[in-house]
Formats: sequence, C-alpha cells, structure tokens
Amino acid sequence: MANVLAFVETRGTDVRKVGLESVTAARMLADKSGGGEVHALLLGPPGIAVKASQIGQYGADLIIVIEHAGLANYSPEVATATAADRLKSGSYRAAIFSTTAQGRDLAPRVAARLGVGVVTDVLSFEIEGDSIVVRHPINIGKVIATIAIAARPAVIAMRPNVIAPAQNAKAGRVENAQPAIDPASARVKVIETRQGGGGKLDLAEAPVVIAGGRGLKSAANFKLVEDLAAAFGNAAVGATRAVTDDGWRPHSDQIGQTGRLVSPQLYIALGISGAVQHLAGMRTSKTIVAVNKDKDAPIFKVADYGIVGDVFEVIPALTEAVREAKSHH
Amino acid sequence: MKIAVCVKRVPDMDVRFRIGTDNVSLDEGGLKFDINDFDAWAVEAALKLKDKNAGSEVTVISLGPDVVQETIRKALSMGADRGIQIKADKVPFDGFAIAKALSAELKTGGYDLILFGKLSPDSSNGVVGPMAAELLGLPCVTAISSLEIANGKGTAKRELEGAQEIVEFPLPAVLTVDEGLNAARLPSLKGIMAAKKKPLEVKQAQLPEPQVTVRKLELPAERKAGRIVGEGAAAVPELVRLLQTEAKVL
Repeated sequence: MANVLAFVETRGTDVRKVGLESVTAARMLADKSGGGEVHALLLGPPGIAVKASQIGQYGADLIIVIEHAGLANYSPEVATATAADRLKSGSYRAAIFSTTAQGRDLAPRVAARLGVGVVTDVLSFEIEGDSIVVRHPINIGKVIATIAIAARPAVIAMRPNVIAPAQNAKAGRVENAQPAIDPASARVKVIETRQGGGGKLDLAEAPVVIAGGRGLKSAANFKLVEDLAAAFGNAAVGATRAVTDDGWRPHSDQIGQTGRLVSPQLYIALGISGAVQHLAGMRTSKTIVAVNKDKDAPIFKVADYGIVGDVFEVIPALTEAVREAKSHH
Repeated sequence: MKIAVCVKRVPDMDVRFRIGTDNVSLDEGGLKFDINDFDAWAVEAALKLKDKNAGSEVTVISLGPDVVQETIRKALSMGADRGIQIKADKVPFDGFAIAKALSAELKTGGYDLILFGKLSPDSSNGVVGPMAAELLGLPCVTAISSLEIANGKGTAKRELEGAQEIVEFPLPAVLTVDEGLNAARLPSLKGIMAAKKKPLEVKQAQLPEPQVTVRKLELPAERKAGRIVGEGAAAVPELVRLLQTEAKVL
C-alpha cells in the first residue's frame, strides 16, 4: 500500500477541470493498488485555499495547500521543487499530472529531479505486478503503445477528458505548507498570463469542440462557428492548421499533429477535409460530426454522422436547431 | 553566442504504420525519415540568433544510430556550423535515458542557449528538453512561440489553453520550441555542398538502463464506419435527432 500524489492544476485562484481529473485518476490508482491515500498538491495565490474542500469531494485524503502571493502565475521552478520535495519525503507509488501546457512543463522536470522516467498523454493505466502499465498514443495516434513504468514513483501525465472527475468524498484533511523555494528567487519568471477572449472554454477541456477548416473561406466567417459554439453553451472553437497558418485563427486554436489534442464528447468538423495531420488531433473524440461539400472528403471516414452540403447553409440551420433543442432543457 | 540544438530523426507520419514482428517496434520498411518539424524550427531559431549575433556558433546534436548523421547534415545544410552524433543502436522511448545521454554532452559545451523541439511525433512524449534542463540545472522555458534575446536575458511567449504566458529568463537556458515561432529555411544548394565539409563528431552514448519500456504496440481500433445523414440544411433535423437519441450528446 502506498500513496499517490495528484498535482492540481490551477489558473489564478481557479482549480481547472483537469485538476479534478488528476485527483480522480489518483484515487483510481490508489484504490487499484490496495487503498493508499491520495495527497493533492494545490499551489496558488491567496484565495486558493478555499478550494481544498472541493478537492476532498473528489477523493483526496489530504490536500497540501501552498498559498503564496508570488504564485499568481505558474512558477515552473517553485512547482517543480515543491512537488519533487514532497515526492521525496514519502513513499509515493505514483504522481499524477495533466497533459496540458503546464503539466507538460512540470511533470518531466519533477521526474528528472527524482531520477525517474515519465509518460505523458496517458489514456489509461493498470497495475501489473511491480509496474504501472499505461497506454500512450505514439505516431500521432496511429499506434497505441502499452508502456511499463518500473520506476517509483511512476510519473504520469493524463490526457485531459479521458477520466471524468468523479465525486468520491474523502476526509480531505488540509495541511498548509510553504513553497520549497521562495518564488522571488526563481530564475524563470512568468511575468504575465494573458487570458484569451473573456472566459471562453478551453479546447482541451470543453465537452464540445467545433472546428472550422479552409471551407469557411475567411476569418470573418468563423463568426458562424462562434455562433454555433454559443448555441451549445459548452463548446470551444478550434481550427485546422491551414486556417491557423493563414492567420484566420491563432496558433493556439490549431487541432492536429503539431497543435492541440482533443477528446471531447462531441466534435463537429465544418469545412474540414480531414488531412491526416488534423485527424491526429481529434480522432479519439467520442462522437464526430462532419459537414463538407465533398462527399469523398476523408473526414467522412472518421465521422459518425456526416452532412454533405454547403457549410454556409448548414451551420446557420444547425445553430438554430441546437438553440431550439437547448431551450427545451 | 554558443547555441546547441538537439534534433531527432523521425518517420513521415502520412503513412499506415505496420507493427514489427517483435510487437514492440515499428516495421521501418518503406518509411521516409526527416528531421522532426519542431526541431527544424529550433534550428531556425538558432540560425536567426546567429544571423543577428556575429561570431555565434550553432552545434547540432542527435542521439541514435549512424543514419542520424543525415539528420545532422540537414541542419548543417540549413546553416548550422558543426554536428555531434551521440551514437546509440536505437533511441529508447524513455526520455529520461535520452536526457541523461544528451546532458552528459551538453554540459561540456559551455552553451549560452540549448534548444529542443517541444515534442517528436513518433514517441509523442515531449519530455527530453525539460528533463535535460533539470539535469543541467539550467533555467528552462518550454513550448515557446516567440523569442527575444538581449543583454544576457530572454523573453518568450508560451501558448496555454485559452491563454498565453509571457516568460522572462536569464542565460544560459534551455528552451523548447513550439509551432508558430518561425518557418524553417530550406537548405540552399550552396548550403548542401558546404554541409558536406562541416565537422561531424561521433561520440558513444552513455545510456542508463531504461525505467520506462514499451511492452506492446498495436494499431488503434478503427472507428466504426459512420453514415451520411443527408444533404444540405434539410439534413439538420435528422442530425439533431441522432445527436439527442443515439449519441446522447445534445
């Protein structure tokens, strides 16, 4: 029996959904390994401590709260030192991070401090004897690798949206602690976090992703995509590489091999032909809908439901129908 | 400035991969290999700094068997000055083992800046840069999409989910490069000729025993064939009905 550490990702004084997924994954792993404790590590600026009770609801036995005015932005060096020190101080079986910009930065640093390997973008995990065995997509998702992690602790970064945050209330004891190094002493400093467009949902976390391709014909026409996303209310807008290369949308919106990987409940591809580079970023979505005027477009090979037609006719009709459907809830 | 760029030789992804008979590696027959895109952007970033800072030197380093010399030569043909092959029979999946072998070389170089691509599409793990930074004890910024260096200090932008971070760091430092930083230059004919004469050292890799090992590779289950619901706006009501009653996502 051994404990599992969950790193809870925050932005400002908010806990991100992936943070709760991390706690849920740690709970599953602790239970599978014979019932160790889940220790959740929560770093942030003053105001973050009130989130501890929420984290207890998702299965943390202990929440280690590190509140510091110097942690208004992510500090890679403070987070690395604090997580690594904690992992060295106890007999942790595993440490769970998220495969996000922050988690991809943090998990390998922590693992290197501990002298162990790390697997990111993990889809699922099992315990087999002395190893934790994980599934991880390689070659842009065209091959799935089963990987054995012999190291202790096993350092894992989960892909967002593959484990739904699950309520599983535990004691949720709170331990207030200090950062392992003074944030003012960090060499690398995040001097600013610029929020993109007020409160919009993030691609990796949104249950619905609506993406547009060249078929939209111009940056201005993404208004149609935005309107459909607004009708859903829980959707984020993405784009293909062709679109971000042309500057119609920012690079951070690109879904695909060199961009973002998403696995939403519903993915709607609008005017997207379905190039292999794009499919790499979205093929694990639960339900895929495609609208394209070319009935032979490769996107229809991965789509559960397709409409052959002009996006400029279909999108407004779909927006209206979704608005109508949502109004009946 | 002394700049090192670590590059990886990766297969072209636009193919149907086949699993090798050992079940833990890919059948490489028929695959085309080239420098990882993210690493090419890292080389470009180094060359841009070299263009601005007279007397700079760009060293390209790659771990792997002798075929990685082609990848190093590609970077040399773009304009890098010299190459180092860290010779190993194969590149392990374990990024920590790779970071160990690379950092052993990097620490001897006295580099002001060490660049990596943020990820390679083959292993899709994206951990070697930050791990090497930790082993070297250097400041590190990952997945940068802009870069300014002046007076021994750098400023970079990182794309987050729905936000951006502006990050300051001192040199020497390790950076990993995201898409959007630049467009990699194509080697000129003159560059290709010059690359043949540039120095390329070969050193033996010191790889630790991997702690993370591939046990099995498999092709993912194909998505079951979908269906065309209909044509044009007239198909929308049926699509909405299916999303509500069959897929239950609306």
